[in-house]
Amino acid sequence: MKNLQEQEKQELLPVERSVFTAPLQRRSFLQFAGAGAAAVALVAVGCKKDKNNDGPMVPGGVTLDFKDDFGVLNYAYALEQLEAAFYIKVASNLPSGFTAEQKTYFQDIQFHEIAHREFFKKALGTAAIGSLEVNFESIDFTSASSVLGAAMAFEDLGVGAYNGAGKLLTTPDYLVLAGKIVSVEARHAAYIRDLISPGSFASSPQVDDSGLDKALSPKDVLAAAGKYIKTKINVTNLA
Amino acid sequence: MNIVNILEEIEKVDGEIYERLNPRRSAMKDFYNMGKKVALAAMPLALGSMFTKAYGQSTPAKVTNVLKFALTLEYLEFHFYNHAVEAAPGLIPAGLPLGAMKTIRDHEKAHVALLRGALGADAGDALPYTAFDFTAGGTFADVYTNYDTFLAVAQAFEDTGVRAYKGQATELMGSGVLTVALQIHSVEARHAAHIRTMRAGRGAKIKPWISLGAGGVANDTGIGAVDPIYAGENTDVQAGVTITGIATGVTKAAAVESFDEPLAKADVLTIAGLFIK
Repeated sequence: MKNLQEQEKQELLPVERSVFTAPLQRRSFLQFAGAGAAAVALVAVGCKKDKNNDGPMVPGGVTLDFKDDFGVLNYAYALEQLEAAFYIKVASNLPSGFTAEQKTYFQDIQFHEIAHREFFKKALGTAAIGSLEVNFESIDFTSASSVLGAAMAFEDLGVGAYNGAGKLLTTPDYLVLAGKIVSVEARHAAYIRDLISPGSFASSPQVDDSGLDKALSPKDVLAAAGKYIKTKINVTNLA
Repeated sequence: MNIVNILEEIEKVDGEIYERLNPRRSAMKDFYNMGKKVALAAMPLALGSMFTKAYGQSTPAKVTNVLKFALTLEYLEFHFYNHAVEAAPGLIPAGLPLGAMKTIRDHEKAHVALLRGALGADAGDALPYTAFDFTAGGTFADVYTNYDTFLAVAQAFEDTGVRAYKGQATELMGSGVLTVALQIHSVEARHAAHIRTMRAGRGAKIKPWISLGAGGVANDTGIGAVDPIYAGENTDVQAGVTITGIATGVTKAAAVESFDEPLAKADVLTIAGLFIK
């Protein structure tokens, strides 16, 4: 997080400006804008331009180089991008089957994931990977059960990813940061699991008979997340 | 737990784990294979003896200290739930609520066994139910007769547990038990979220995640007696980055909810001490 000093100076800039200047791809920008009332007027313009733009904005994809902590943090950043994109899409048109509380909490979760994504982006500064293009074709966003199922998959995957990545970090502060985020992801996971099946907040096999959550390798996580990501993710220096 | 996975995890950190366990690799392979067959109940013991064999006296003192600290907390949680489930008839409604408490009790029991196994001889004597005072000297006098009090204390323990493990993670860096501790940590967070949801279902104004308390205070429960448990949870600056306003819609509350905070060991012990005779 070598760029923290410079990044801090930019914090007080209006949010809109950071949105425009950030190297977000159009599609991501569209989803981002769709979430904020302030930017609603821009959506129509964005839609028109983006309608047929399915090509990746990151030529050759992004590279997660696990040779140091930046690679691990970028791995987390990639997952947070994925989660944020998912919840932004959910929150932009919440399933009619959701209760009022579910609607509120899914908006909460949306902002948590946006906060995680933007935190990593700022903290990584110039070391941050580009924006990922997502593919949610397999999810029916009008169906409460489809959205809940996908949300559970994303949250459980996120928990397993952070748990498995902890040992790859060499900087104590980063391990603590990952810890601060993973427990929030676990809270999300428990809440969503209980919505799908009351009492399943920590049920087997996600939590095993020894009371342990999953800890997944980046390889397994990226394989599972791959179907939702169009951008090619290159991985290097992963033991 | 899959013992084979644990060995593989350790191997990534300590490439010589098999040699440490037994210089004769073939013998280790036998154990490795046996691990797939050992009854689940025997796992923690098997694990413990392996850690002892592998690291013996060389287990770093700071790792042992963390494990002992965690063990005390797990005993606290286990007895709290176990007494409620087994010895306080009618306290917890039958059906889903009782089922959930049994699930959590079983996890805490498993954590105790796991930590005792990892500590081996350092685990010391088991802590009995009578070592604890879950009324905290009368602060929660009706903890075992008033379901809402019970749930409030349960939430306090789980949120504390999450903060405690988070605060100790850095002490375990480089040790094979770091991942295990992280795997416990997120389970405690799942418990916390569920108990918070249960309380919300009974009218408490609380979310599954720790939010900003009324008036911007750190404690979002409205129960003043548990203020120390939430100290510092209202921060919105992470690694020098201010999270509030980092993007449209990220309010101070959202910023606070997005990150759980660690709690120092001494602070956790002060809290736990209220419940230990």
